[in-house]
Formats: sequence, C-alpha cells, structure tokens
Amino acid sequence: MNVETVAARAETPTQGLAPAMPKMSIRNLDFFYGRFRALKNINLDVAERRVTAFIGPSGCGKSTLLRTLNRMYSLYPGQRAIGEILLDGDDILAPGVDINMLRAKVGMVFQKPTPFPMSIYDNIAFGVSLYENLSGRAMDERVEWALTKAAMWDEAKDKLKQSGMALSGGQQQRLCIARAVSVKPEVLLLDEPTSALDPISTAKIEELITELKEDYTIAIVTHNMQQAARVSDFTGYMYLGELVEFGETDQIFLKPKRKATEDYITGRFG
Amino acid sequence: MTALHRKRLFVNRMNLVISMATMAFGMLFLLWILWVLFAKGFSALSPTLFTQMTPPPGSAGGLANAIYGSVMIVGVATFISTPIGILAGIYLAEYGKNGWLARLARFINDILLSAPSIVIGLFVYTVYVMQVGHFSGWAGSFALALIAIPVVVRTTENMLHLVPASLREAAVALGAPMWKVILRVTLKAVRGGVVTGILLAVARMAGETAPLLFTALNNQFWSANMDAPMANLPVVIFQFAMSPFDDWKSLAWAAALLITLTVLIINILARTVFRQSAVR
Amino acid sequence: MSSPSATAALPTPMISRNEPRTAREPGPPARPKGAPPWQDWLFERTTMFFTLLVLFTLVGIIAALAWAAVPAFQKFGLGFFFTNIWDPVKMEFGALAPIYGTLVTSAIALLIGVPVSFGIALFLTEMCPVILKRPLGTAVELLAAIPSIIYGMWGLFVFAPVFGDYVQPALTKVFGNLWILGPLFQGAPNGIGVLSAGFILSIMVIPFIASVMRDVFEIVPPVLKESAYGIGATTWEVVWNVVLPYTRAGVIGGIMLGLGRALGETMAVTFVIGNAYRINASLFEPGNSIASALANEFNEAAEPVHRASLIALGLVLFLLTFVVLACSRMLLAQLAKDEGQQT
Repeated sequence: MNVETVAARAETPTQGLAPAMPKMSIRNLDFFYGRFRALKNINLDVAERRVTAFIGPSGCGKSTLLRTLNRMYSLYPGQRAIGEILLDGDDILAPGVDINMLRAKVGMVFQKPTPFPMSIYDNIAFGVSLYENLSGRAMDERVEWALTKAAMWDEAKDKLKQSGMALSGGQQQRLCIARAVSVKPEVLLLDEPTSALDPISTAKIEELITELKEDYTIAIVTHNMQQAARVSDFTGYMYLGELVEFGETDQIFLKPKRKATEDYITGRFG
Repeated sequence: MTALHRKRLFVNRMNLVISMATMAFGMLFLLWILWVLFAKGFSALSPTLFTQMTPPPGSAGGLANAIYGSVMIVGVATFISTPIGILAGIYLAEYGKNGWLARLARFINDILLSAPSIVIGLFVYTVYVMQVGHFSGWAGSFALALIAIPVVVRTTENMLHLVPASLREAAVALGAPMWKVILRVTLKAVRGGVVTGILLAVARMAGETAPLLFTALNNQFWSANMDAPMANLPVVIFQFAMSPFDDWKSLAWAAALLITLTVLIINILARTVFRQSAVR
Repeated sequence: MSSPSATAALPTPMISRNEPRTAREPGPPARPKGAPPWQDWLFERTTMFFTLLVLFTLVGIIAALAWAAVPAFQKFGLGFFFTNIWDPVKMEFGALAPIYGTLVTSAIALLIGVPVSFGIALFLTEMCPVILKRPLGTAVELLAAIPSIIYGMWGLFVFAPVFGDYVQPALTKVFGNLWILGPLFQGAPNGIGVLSAGFILSIMVIPFIASVMRDVFEIVPPVLKESAYGIGATTWEVVWNVVLPYTRAGVIGGIMLGLGRALGETMAVTFVIGNAYRINASLFEPGNSIASALANEFNEAAEPVHRASLIALGLVLFLLTFVVLACSRMLLAQLAKDEGQQT
C-alpha cells in the first residue's frame, strides 16, 4: 500500500452522519518503569466505534500506552501511570477501581497468539463464564457467535473439542480475537496483532478489524504504517514517549502537520 | 609436529580416554546393582508375595502387609504434600517473585530438598510420635510428606516460570481474577511438568527407609490402621536383610526388586511424560 | 511537554457513514458483578501460608531437636562433641567417633566421586554422540533414583566380599608400607568398614555432582569455547582452561551438594560401615557415622539420656549439612547471577 491508495480512499467522500464521540479520554498521562519515564504528558481521545492506531519506532511507548488503557501494567511492581484516563467519564486510574471489571470492559489481543491450554470451545467459554452464568445452550450460542465474529466458525465448528494450541498461527490469533470479543467488551486493544502472522492471515484480520468497529471501539498498535493507513480512522504518531501528532488517519498520512511525522511516514526516518 | 604439540595431543587423548572410562565406571555400578537385584530377587518373586503376611523367623511367607502399608503411607504422604507443595510453589513463582520472603523460602526449600532424611524422621519422632506416645502409619506419612514437599515446591515453581508472560496477561485481559488465572490457565499450561515433579517425589518416598524407622516402624501382621505401627517394604527389607534367616533374606531381595522396579519405572515414566509436555 | 499538536482532542469533522449503526447483537449483557476481590486476597494469603510453613519446617526441625537433646547437653556439656566414648551400660556418651566416621566416609566419597563425576560431565558435554546424550544422562541420574537401602544390601552381600578379597589386599600391597599413608591401608581385609562405606557413598553422590557439573558446563557460552578452539586448543585444554574456570562456582556448588548428600546418607552406610564406636587409623576397620548410629540404635534406646544423646547427634548432623548445603546454594546462585549479567 502506498500513498496513492490512501489518497484514493480519501477521495471517496466520507458521507456525513453521527460524529464520533470520545469513548476514552487520556489526560496528562505520564508512565514510569521504575524511574524511567516512558510516556510524557499524553493527551488524546479514543473515538467510540472507530479504529485508533498508534505508530512509531520501536520503544516509542505505543505499546506502553495501550497497556495503560486496561491497566495491564499493574501486574508488575514498579510500573505506574499518573494522570487521568476516562472511560465513559470515569477515571480508570483512580484508586478503588475494580480492575477485573475494567479488563472485562476493555479487552486485549496480543502480539503473539495466546491460546489457553484447553479446547477451542473452553478457550472462549472460560472468559464468558467469568462474568455471566450461561446455560449450556446459551454458551454454545455465544461460542458460535464469537467465532463467527472472528471469522473462525467455519474452520473451527468441527473441532471445538480440540486443543486451541493445535491451530495454525493465524487461526490461533483469530481464536484470541474471538475470545476477546466473546465477553462483549466495549473497547478492544490490539497490540501488534498481525506482526507474527503471514500475509494472508494478516489480510483476514485486517478485514475483521474493519467489521468489528461497527460494534467496538478499537485501539491498535502497529509497526506497519500501511496497516495503520488501511484500517484506522485516527492515527497517533509517537516518538520517545511523546505523542508527536494525532489526527484523522488521512490527514496524518497525506498532510502531516509536523515535520517529524512526515519524515517518519515517508521513510526518511525509522 | 613439534614435541610440544605431540605432548598436547597425547594429554588430550589420554584425558578423553579417562573421561570415557569414568562414564563406564558409573554405568558398571548401575548395571551391576540391577543385575544382582534381578538375579537374587527374581527367583524369590512369587504370587504368594502378594497374598501372605510377613512370616516369623524361619518360615515362608509373603509381603502383602508391607506392600499395603507402603502404598498407604506413600499415598497419604502424596495427598498431603501435593497441595502444600503446589500452593507454596505458586506463591514463589506468582506472588513472592523476588521479595525477601520468596528468596528466603526458596533458599530454605533448596536446603530441605537435600536434608538428611533420617533427621526428618527424628523430627517427626520428637514432635509427633513422642507426643502421642506410639509409632504409627500417620507419623510415617508425615515424615515422607516433609521429604516430598520441597520436591513439589521446586518443580512447581520452575514450571510456572516457563509460562510466557503473554499467556498470563491474556487471561488477565479477559478480566479474570488472579487466582483463576493461576489455577485454570498458567498451572494448567504446565500440568505435565508438575505431574512429573509429583511422580519424582513419589519415587523418592517409595524408597525412603530412614525416616520410617522412627515413625511407622514395622508390623508383622496385617494392619490397615494408620494410627498404629504399620508394615512397609523398606523397613521390612532392613530387618530381614540384616537377619540370619535365609527365608527372610530371600524375601528382602524380593522386596528390594519390587521397590527398585517401582522407583525406576516411575522415574522413567516421569521423564517421558515431561519430555512430551516440553515438546508440545 | 514540548509538542503542541499532541494535545489533541478528537478532531472534527468526524468520519461518518450512511447507514445508522446496527444495534449490537445480541445486545450488551447486563453484567453481573465480577468475582469479589476477597477471593484473590484469600488465595494469595493461602499460598503465602504454605510458603511460611516450609520456612517453619526448618526452624521447627532445629528447635525440636535442640529441645529434645537438652538432657544430653545438660549431662555432658560441650564435652559431648569431643569425647570418644559410647557406653549405653554406664550411660556415658560422646559424639567424637560418629562425627569422625561421618567426616571420613564423606571425605572418601568426595575423593573418589569428584574426579569421576568430572569425567562423566566432560564425557556427556564434550564427547558423547548426540543420540546417546539423553539416555546416558538419564542412566547417570537413575543411579540417584536407586533407593539407599538397595545400595546397602548390594554393598553388604555382593560388593563387600569382592572388595575384601581383591581390592583391599591390593591396596595394602601398594600403599601399606608408605610413610603416613601406610597405616590407613593396613588391617584385616574383610570388606566391611569405613573405606567400603566411603566407596559406596562415592557411587551414590556421583549422580548429584555429575548432573550439576554437566548443567553448568552447558551454560558456558559457545562463543567462549569456540574462540579457544579457534586458536588451536584441544578439547581437554578448552575444558580445563576455559570451561572449568568459567564455571568454578557452580562446580564447587555441585561438590558441596554431593557432600551434603554424603553426610546424611543413612541406610547404605549402616549396612557396610560395621557399626563400632571406634576411631582407628586404618580405613579397613569398622566405624560408625551419625546416621548409621541413629538407624541402628534409636529404637532400642530406652533410657532418656541415651535417646537425647542420639537426638543430639541428629542435631549435629542437621547443622553440619545445613552449613554445607547453604554454601552450595549460595555458590550456585552466584553462578546463576553472573550468567544473568552476561546475557
């Protein structure tokens, strides 16, 4: 994908209706690994039912930013976030937040596929049963629904009892997306979800992201700029822990306001 | 070729030959012991071993009560040590990590792993047998459990360290509370390795004699009462082998063969199970 | 914060679409409250409790044995450790002979076991064909799996006669007339005694020392070995001059681990050491170790002082192995730490 295709897409008018509302608002966010300040005063809004992408060179803090959105960092002592992250107006960094509930609302898919050591069916049922008491029948339906959402149903329906670890890499990653979707989160965080996959699986998952944004707010970290241009509505360019530029994807890729962004996107840097 | 060069090559070859000889030395003793066991024990093996009680001096008999006692004592010990060892291993790997408590416990656990088993027996004698006033199967199980716990703690912790952080995070990201993440995902991911640890602990317990001398003692008769002295294979071997009676000695060899076969089979089984789970 | 454009609220106008959004289906669940947080707290505390239990086992062993040994210390004082007397009739007890026997048998075990273990580790890491590595490694470890009592029976009934008939006379012939060493190898070659016990112990500690050595040899970075091979060193020179210095802490740790095992080994020693409270110059004579004294006498000791003296012996043994094993662990941990820093 090159600049022209982005331009082509930009020309198709985005017909007007329903401006995106902010789902998550990040205000004055700093992040520390021990003493190292990995994020510096980040401010931005993640739009509801849109795809927001974060790009930038390795170590720029884009994954760190994503991991603050569901407080994944709090598994590790010595990591802390300072500032505000509002989810529907409530600060998730505030003390006393039910962190498990937060993570049920803000799902995450990782760089490497992480199927649990159980059957395909149980991989999905595990997450669902954490917060919902479904009958066997309802659970079957939910599993089918989630796998269908992740474009996995046709491949998986005959081997639901098989181990999730026996699937191919691309299938495993879609299973993980199905698992994340199955608990019906409001936000989906994707941390370089295709970097370990082949081009065909990557294309499938990108297609999937476009479909999923009908229902979910999505934030994706990618090291692949073309991917950001293809799937996202908004893009943030990060460098050394700072958010250099943030805006609509077309604007960032076609008319970046800042020289640093332009240099990175045109490949003069990074 | 200089003289120095020749000398270096000679030293090298010499030492490599010695190294091979040491390997042969080790194998020689392994095979010698196994061969003796089979030669002396096999002829004493018979179905009556499993049906008759240990005999009084000078008459024939079997090992039924000792086999039963060993299985009971080791079984109860496994039952006690497995949950304790797994939970403590979970603490070290998942919660304590590098805190002072975890580091201290790891250090102490490693020492207990190699502590003399006879001292463990002595310990259970002073704190349990002396207090209740009599030897018992329970006391034997407690002593063996104390020997098994460090083994299970060690393997559980080591195995949990093999779980990639991403798997743990993936479960957490679904909103699962930590205890469910650990019990249903991470521990499950390494269950092969943990089972290996338990099997190795069972193998170790099955052959232990010293701690049972002061705890379970022995019993010439059939006894299913865990609260009384209980027959068990290792102590029977000790008594019978040291005795002057030929019947007893041949029973001791049979018991020795039984125990060694059990221990070796469990060991080999554990290693193959582990190997499979490591590949997967 | 330097970058002005980074304070981006959502830019407008927004991307939008023709169709009104279809409702999520099946609609968002009325989420029941998640698991209560006390479950996590309880689980963590439970695991912590059992960890503390492991810690208290150690404290408990020392405390219980010390408490039960009090009568012996009251009666004999510190002299208990330095007296060579063991008389259950007169109720006079001193620990010198069993302590001596424990130390001497363990020393013999290391003297034989360490070089052999080194040879085995060298063979397994540098010479062994790949397909044999695993089976031979397992076979060595199986030596450790054979129960102690089996070594004892084999030692008493099979090994001791061979040892007494062939090995001991040969040793007397070779070493018997040497200055200092001579007296060690004189005496009746009956196959039972301190030397036999030490020899069997050496076979029992080989698997422990050899597998630690093999494991630490395998962590030597290949680059290090290759650069030595690169200047034309032989296999032996690489192992002796590169691998061994690099892994010194781990190797000593492995030896200490073997020593800890040897000190406390009970049943095998009990069968072949001869069980006599004597300190003899000759290694052919019977002796006693702490563990064998306990195994033989404890259940027959009726008098409280006798029993307390035996428990005091057990305490000495435990403290001895504790120190040795603690050193071993610290050395091995040191090696692991160095390794961590380098990679």
